[in-house]
Amino acid sequence: MPRSLKKGPFVDDHLLVKIVEMNKRNEKRVVKTWSRRSTVIPEMVGHTIAVHDGRKHVPIYVTESMVGHKLGEFAPTRAFRTHGGGDRATRVR
Amino acid sequence: MARIAGVDIPRDKRLETSLTYIFGIGPAKALQSCMGAKVDPGTRVRDLTDEEVVRLREWIGEQYTVEGDLRRQINQNVKRKVEIGSYQGLRHRRGLPVNGQRTHTNARTRKGRKSAVAGKKKAVKK
Repeated sequence: MPRSLKKGPFVDDHLLVKIVEMNKRNEKRVVKTWSRRSTVIPEMVGHTIAVHDGRKHVPIYVTESMVGHKLGEFAPTRAFRTHGGGDRATRVR
Repeated sequence: MARIAGVDIPRDKRLETSLTYIFGIGPAKALQSCMGAKVDPGTRVRDLTDEEVVRLREWIGEQYTVEGDLRRQINQNVKRKVEIGSYQGLRHRRGLPVNGQRTHTNARTRKGRKSAVAGKKKAVKK
């Protein structure tokens, strides 16, 4: 079930404050954040936000069509590095 | 011949069933359409009057997105997700299930038929 519209989109306060501040001063700077749960709101469009993927911050340039998604959707937490490759001898130990 | 929403010409069946042959219309919407256009869902398609067909066609046309338009809409949604680099888009790109289903087993609909993996040991029965 989607979130009630009454509440509006959820954005962590610490992130929102930074974005609003940057919009006010008209500056563009990469903002590091751990807040993967925050929704992308129109105010963020045009900014680059570095979203934590559990290891490092992945820079995301926010475009208009990303609005409504969560920041975490753009920074995958799993890196899959192909199966197999190594032959039996090395794998059986 | 009844021709509703493009090329669909289901015949000889009850109207409510025939309508489900249209892409984007299932049992529920089929029944809704019958009610909306004031046509008995039980009549066979061949017994429909021209006037009824026209009413159905118009009603469905303004209420639902079907066939080509619907397919286009779906493709656009997928494409958007792929282009913005979201997780769901990534899953679409890889041809894996999008909504968090397990992939250890199953997921054959998305992954297609099984292909053998080299060097994988079969479980040994004791």
